[in-house]
Amino acid sequence: MTIALDRRRFLQSSGAVAVAAGLFPRAAFAADPLTIGVIYVGARDDFGWNQAHAVGVKALKALPDVKVVEEENVAETDAVSKTMESMINLDGAKLILPTSFGYWSPFVLDEAKANPDVQFRHAAPLWKPSDPTNAGSYWPFLDQAHYIDGVAAGLASKSGKLGFVAAKPVGIVLRNINSFLTGARTTNPNATVRVIFTGDWSLPVREAEATNALVDAGCDLITCHVDGPKVVIQTAESRGVKCCGHNADQSSLAPKGFVTGAEYKWGTIYTGYAGLIGKGQPLPNFTFGGYDKDMVQNTPYGAGATEPARKAADAAIVKLKAGAPIFATAIKDNNGRIVVASVPPDNYADVLNKMDYLVDGVIGSTS
Amino acid sequence: MSAHLAIVLTAMLGGAIRVSTPFIFVALGETLTEKSGRINLGLEGTLVLGAMLGYATAYETGSPWAGVLAGGLAGVALGALHGLLCSLPRVNDIAVGIALMTLGTGLAFFFGKPFIQPEAPHLPSVPLADWTGDHALAEALRVNPLFFVGIATALAMAWAFRNTRVGLVVRTTGDSAAAALAMGIPVDRVRVLATAAGGFLAGVGGSFLSLSYPGSWNEGLSSGQGLMAVALVIFARWSPIRCVGAALLFGAAGALGPALQSVGVTQGYYLFNAAPYVLTLLIMVGSSSSVDAHRAAPGELSITR
Amino acid sequence: MTDAVGTAAHLTAAPARRGSAAALRLRAASEYVVIPILAVVAASLIFALFLLALGKSPAAFLDLLWIGGFGSAFSWSNTLSRAAPLILTALTVAIPAQLGLTIIGGEGALVLGGFAAAALAVPFVGSGAPAAVVLPLMALAAVAAGGLWIGLAGLLRLKRGVNETISSLLLSYIAIAVTLFFIEGPLRDPASTAKASTLPIGAAYAVGKMPFLKVHWGFAAGVVAAALLGVLMSRTTFGFAARITGGNIRAAQAQGLPVGKLTLACCSLAGAAAGLAGFFEVAAVQGRANASLAAGYGFTGILVSFLARHNPFAILPVAVLFGGLAAAGGLVQRRMGLPDATVLVLQGFIFVVLLASETLYGRFPVFRISGRQGRA
Repeated sequence: MTIALDRRRFLQSSGAVAVAAGLFPRAAFAADPLTIGVIYVGARDDFGWNQAHAVGVKALKALPDVKVVEEENVAETDAVSKTMESMINLDGAKLILPTSFGYWSPFVLDEAKANPDVQFRHAAPLWKPSDPTNAGSYWPFLDQAHYIDGVAAGLASKSGKLGFVAAKPVGIVLRNINSFLTGARTTNPNATVRVIFTGDWSLPVREAEATNALVDAGCDLITCHVDGPKVVIQTAESRGVKCCGHNADQSSLAPKGFVTGAEYKWGTIYTGYAGLIGKGQPLPNFTFGGYDKDMVQNTPYGAGATEPARKAADAAIVKLKAGAPIFATAIKDNNGRIVVASVPPDNYADVLNKMDYLVDGVIGSTS
Repeated sequence: MSAHLAIVLTAMLGGAIRVSTPFIFVALGETLTEKSGRINLGLEGTLVLGAMLGYATAYETGSPWAGVLAGGLAGVALGALHGLLCSLPRVNDIAVGIALMTLGTGLAFFFGKPFIQPEAPHLPSVPLADWTGDHALAEALRVNPLFFVGIATALAMAWAFRNTRVGLVVRTTGDSAAAALAMGIPVDRVRVLATAAGGFLAGVGGSFLSLSYPGSWNEGLSSGQGLMAVALVIFARWSPIRCVGAALLFGAAGALGPALQSVGVTQGYYLFNAAPYVLTLLIMVGSSSSVDAHRAAPGELSITR
Repeated sequence: MTDAVGTAAHLTAAPARRGSAAALRLRAASEYVVIPILAVVAASLIFALFLLALGKSPAAFLDLLWIGGFGSAFSWSNTLSRAAPLILTALTVAIPAQLGLTIIGGEGALVLGGFAAAALAVPFVGSGAPAAVVLPLMALAAVAAGGLWIGLAGLLRLKRGVNETISSLLLSYIAIAVTLFFIEGPLRDPASTAKASTLPIGAAYAVGKMPFLKVHWGFAAGVVAAALLGVLMSRTTFGFAARITGGNIRAAQAQGLPVGKLTLACCSLAGAAAGLAGFFEVAAVQGRANASLAAGYGFTGILVSFLARHNPFAILPVAVLFGGLAAAGGLVQRRMGLPDATVLVLQGFIFVVLLASETLYGRFPVFRISGRQGRA
């Protein structure tokens, strides 16, 4: 296989799958290692979003003839454009993995257009066939694990009043909240979820305040979607209520009240990438999945998970793995409006990617 | 509705006590420094470094109180550096403060990475209202001992400024260096000591953040609380007692946003979250031009010229 | 005051005596170059010890600083891009500083300015209105919003005696909260699912990059603004009056200088500079207004202005230095495995030592006009 052939194939490939010549280090130039640039929006050791990625990236580092360069605390501004260009120009990176939502438009899209021989894969479900073919997305649908959290929470909570500390009302967060409520309603039809938006991804003091406010309002089980859930989990435990985790395993932070938690398995995706790169095969433009593709999981049950909660959650996991849909009926938002009249029985249906509402049963507002 | 009001008010009471402690410590530290005639804008850096070192020390030694001490000592180091640099002729105190904010934050972030994940022992809290049997009130009044230490420090400082020789020396230095020199007071030495002591208090405030509430170390922990606390000093017109009041008010206003969302007032949370800043500004606009404000300001302070 | 060109002209006219006077003056001026350079060298030595103590190579660091920040055309475009917003936000601090006012709320003025520019542009999107009309209107909206915001801090100072340092900080937090309220609420683009933003302003109203440099026009605007404001502050009656007021407000009042108007004008100009930075963030970088407008440029601008001793001309090299440090910081992370905070630590060392070096001015006879044998 020659470079010229690879390049021609790259130029011919039109949408579904594309790859640059540089992604064939072993086949083409054995001495030339493939350089992969990984970009984090915060500190790599944040015990949350960024750390989860950094742990997954280790699978790439383990590959022979692959060099991983990493940069942390890169803002969603010009800075990320320049970081990508710097990785391409100074490090010779041929694959860039920017791991924050806000990098995508315009920054990743612009760089992808400007550097057709470099591959970009971005962590969010945003790539569309009309976007550059050397760009792409990877995304574990964590709402499936939040749904399982909800199933367990519906039985683990005595009052049925659940609390959710959320960062910002963006689609991905709203979907986790909605799935959590939907899961809880399967085991407790009267369950409600109160949401408090803190306004940013990492505001420890306000996260603690929000947790306290939810407990004061009568919630006896708290979960969250913020970058680093440590503060929420610790505060819930110290207030003597139960909690569900997010992002990574937080069970040790709440030995009394931990029920379960929603965890990304970035490792599955990064290991998959590593395998494709190792075989000299192209990376798909959109890699996604949930329980069915082993891309999400729930933290092993803690002391807060009652026996019925465990059983119900285990059963629900089996169903999800088989592809059972979370949203099966029409979706009504919490203003009483029917937002989706009929949902296809598919957890990856496009209509679900457009969530900008909170479903009936969630107490809160998106603005 | 009244049930909701009760929830919001209880939350604000609890929030005031929980959130105000670092503001109290930083504001008291800054008051001491400014009373001696210097401004240390860098207490944000001290707060962050104090939080990090406090957490790291508590984790390594297993003693949260050792952490508090370490946080305070970090503050002494930064404060003494500020004081000494500003004793050099023509070195600007505001600028050095901003420089030390950068340095303190940088060092804390640099060395703090390995301590984000581990769990350090927390400072114990004092249950004040468990006897009432009211669960919400009991939780709201589960108070950290440092809160009382802060209030005691404020009372002691207020008393000392008025009644002790040390207080007089600090005040004279701050009001007129010339007068202080005439009295044989070593102006620079007093200011260095006042800034170092002020740094100690701010460092202790930082250790509260990481060891009590929210009780964890990470890089977003302070998000400007130290800067705001310095601002509260002018708001409190250099009175230690009023510093406590200002910090409590600020904490209570900060609890408003989450509390309102928890009872279903969910629209416009960004605006409610800005309540502490709006409230502080309105009060300053309402009161600043009064004669008291100008009389209270230390005469040597560059910021009040 | 005679500038370098002027002295050179005199020099040719009367070589013997004026020549030595010019040389002496140059020698005196060189104090403001030599001392800062020595300070940066000293700070670098301290930082080198810091790195050695951690088992890292200072030489490697210096090498990467050069490659990443200044060593190639690409590095320069990286450096200047990062410097662009800092020039403008530093001016936000520097101009009121001439009056003795410390403004630290540039971040909010930038965010508000960017938001105003985007809010103005969005109704025009798809209307076919020419960019030559809409872009100036956007810039005007941004400048007005920023100017009003910091102007308000000046007004409060003037009318109610409210300390401008605090009020500008408070106003900054309020501006960001109000902007986020609109961006994530009433003015949100429903399609912005991953990151709440206003509707995009579109390619029609985007500001492009300067030729050759791959740096957006905000950098040129910053250079022009710094030059204009520098001239205003050092060469006009306005600037002279402002500096007198900054030196001694009572003397200024006694001389009948319009202290009130000066305060309002300087604060509004300051806010306008930050607002303009916001305009470029929207029109040249983000293409819409969102939470990333609050990227910390306003706060870094404070450092830049203080390091430049609030001199608008000196802001340019300092901003470029900070841009270069930020640009190289990424490379240092990637190649040396040092954390992101490394650059912050280095900035802290440089800042502290540079400020301490202020005390050296006037201490070396070498630089004095009356000095005899010294070399510059």
